Amino acid sequence: MLDIRGLAASINDKPILKGIDLTVPEGEVHAIMGPNGSGKSTLGYVLSGREDYEVTAGTVTFNDVDLLGMAPEDRAAAGVFLAFQAPIELPGVNNANFLRTALNAIRRAHGESELDAVQFLKLARAETKRLAMPDDMLKRNVNVGFSGGEKKRNEVLQMAILRPKLAILDETDSGLDIDALKIVADGVNALRGPKFSALVITHHQRLLDHLVPNRVHVLAGGRIVRTGGPELAKELEKSGYAGLIAEAA
Amino acid sequence: MTTGAIAFLERYQSLIGRLPGDSALRAAAAAAFRTAGLPGGTQQRRIEAWKYTSLRPVAETAFKPDAAPRHEAETILTGLPLLDAPRLVFVDGAFRPDLSVMPTAGFARFAEQPDFGTLSWPDREPMVALNTMLAEDGAALHVPAGYDAGVVQLISIAASDADFHPRHVIRLGKGSQLTLVEVSAGQGTYLLNTVAEFHIADGAHLTHIRLQDEAASAFHISTTYADVEAGATYDSFTLNLGAQLSRTEVHAQLTGAGAIAHLNAAQLLAGSQHADFTSVVGHTAPGCTSRQTVKNVLAGRSRGVFQGRIEVARDAQKTDGYQMNQALLLSPYAEVDSKPELEIFADDVKCSHGATVGELDAEQMFYLRSRGIPDAEARSILVRAFLAEALDAVADDTIRFRLEAAVERWWERQKA
Repeated sequence: MLDIRGLAASINDKPILKGIDLTVPEGEVHAIMGPNGSGKSTLGYVLSGREDYEVTAGTVTFNDVDLLGMAPEDRAAAGVFLAFQAPIELPGVNNANFLRTALNAIRRAHGESELDAVQFLKLARAETKRLAMPDDMLKRNVNVGFSGGEKKRNEVLQMAILRPKLAILDETDSGLDIDALKIVADGVNALRGPKFSALVITHHQRLLDHLVPNRVHVLAGGRIVRTGGPELAKELEKSGYAGLIAEAA
Repeated sequence: MTTGAIAFLERYQSLIGRLPGDSALRAAAAAAFRTAGLPGGTQQRRIEAWKYTSLRPVAETAFKPDAAPRHEAETILTGLPLLDAPRLVFVDGAFRPDLSVMPTAGFARFAEQPDFGTLSWPDREPMVALNTMLAEDGAALHVPAGYDAGVVQLISIAASDADFHPRHVIRLGKGSQLTLVEVSAGQGTYLLNTVAEFHIADGAHLTHIRLQDEAASAFHISTTYADVEAGATYDSFTLNLGAQLSRTEVHAQLTGAGAIAHLNAAQLLAGSQHADFTSVVGHTAPGCTSRQTVKNVLAGRSRGVFQGRIEVARDAQKTDGYQMNQALLLSPYAEVDSKPELEIFADDVKCSHGATVGELDAEQMFYLRSRGIPDAEARSILVRAFLAEALDAVADDTIRFRLEAAVERWWERQKA
């Protein structure tokens, strides 16, 4: 279970998160919606340990461990995965090698044996097939020369291979056509189970049609201003955020 | 004049009459060296071409040319990443037929048929003057017109605390091909001061790969002259890993229409290593292309130097010149000096140059770590990636794998 209490964070002394309280029980998918600049991406970065954000108040525990005191790689080993809104290009780094290095680092942290190249490729090929990704994406350099949609799919591929306990999807749906969107949603749905939870950051109802959340939270001005069921997303699609924000202020 | 320079001149005096080849040329070189001395090693005038590299440590080292070898050349040779191909092996500057595998291209020893070539400038380059004064051996290779000589390895092994001045001349006839793989390694405190020249006739193709993996306390100076004629290609890649001080100097002249020169390099330095890559590319004929990417990875208190100059003559219209120097600084104490220069007298040319200096990218580091890859491993992945892009310039897979393996060994040495 992810438990966020009174979380405040700033970047370059500018406060972005101003007291977030949020609980995601094991096995649940929660959506975070909200206007641009409300702090949605910051929340994802802070949870995954990006160092240029300073946590100024609050606590985050994940399965009873203090997440905020951990290095990014230790959070990943603990099961946290952030699907980047703008995935980073790594020229000169082969995608398959990158994925295998990451998987083996996490396996090592769990005291499990490492996969050799052959074992890994078998696993990776099965996942690329399931995500309808061409095999050559494994041979290319990480995200280099990938289209926007390919980059997002590559994030989902990483998630499928690393099998996190908590996936944070930061606008993974943006820039995707309807087929790709369905593939991404299916990728997340495939991981759903009693030990998996997800925070889905999105602007659009569209993704949530395929990836139905247990709860929907609206983030505005660095605070959660409203929480509801899946119907809240539909309501926002119709009425927008303006009324909600005015109501909260 | 420093003691170091005086010792070289005294040796020359004692060897007059016993050195092979044109004695007048040697005397002129000695006169030039007496005037110039070792760059940075004297209190005399400053030499602009040696602005960032001082040979004072060379001047202050007493080399012992007559001492017995302190190390086993055969052992050092066995440890090298050799290819299954002909090889010309030089130990302490002298050709060793017993360790060599003869190439099919015409080969002659400098010691037997001295050939100083026609491209060098002992009066302009002090280290070329020193080489011309003291050269005793080297390789002359001749690839006949239209012939593909395949791969030839040119190997230098140093086993004594001495100074060596090999002199190589390589001629490729029209439309011929050669891949020359130069490897230099050794043990001890020595100076390897090589001068090589390449004549690449019309339509010929020379691929020149160099792996400099000298002993940690060695000095490595290499001056190369290339004359690239019409439609010919000089495609070179240099990997500098060893030596306390190295200077790789290349003068490439594109003298025939449509000639091509690639002068790519990577330098990995740690501790207090100093490596200088200096190049002058002269475009004297129209429609020629030059490409140059030099990458430095600098750790510890190391210092990397890049000086690149593109000269475009008045008649060299439609010149296409590109030069890039990139440095990755892994420590706050590492230093890079970059001096790209363009000198253009033609009016219809495309020339560009650039330099980047940086640390590891914070976003890339976070991306890797967010996937569970520990900090040290993430750093190593990004540095290797930076180098992989440089090594991609080496088209031959087998040779590139050897260079990658040499880079891996360099990493292992840093960890130890």
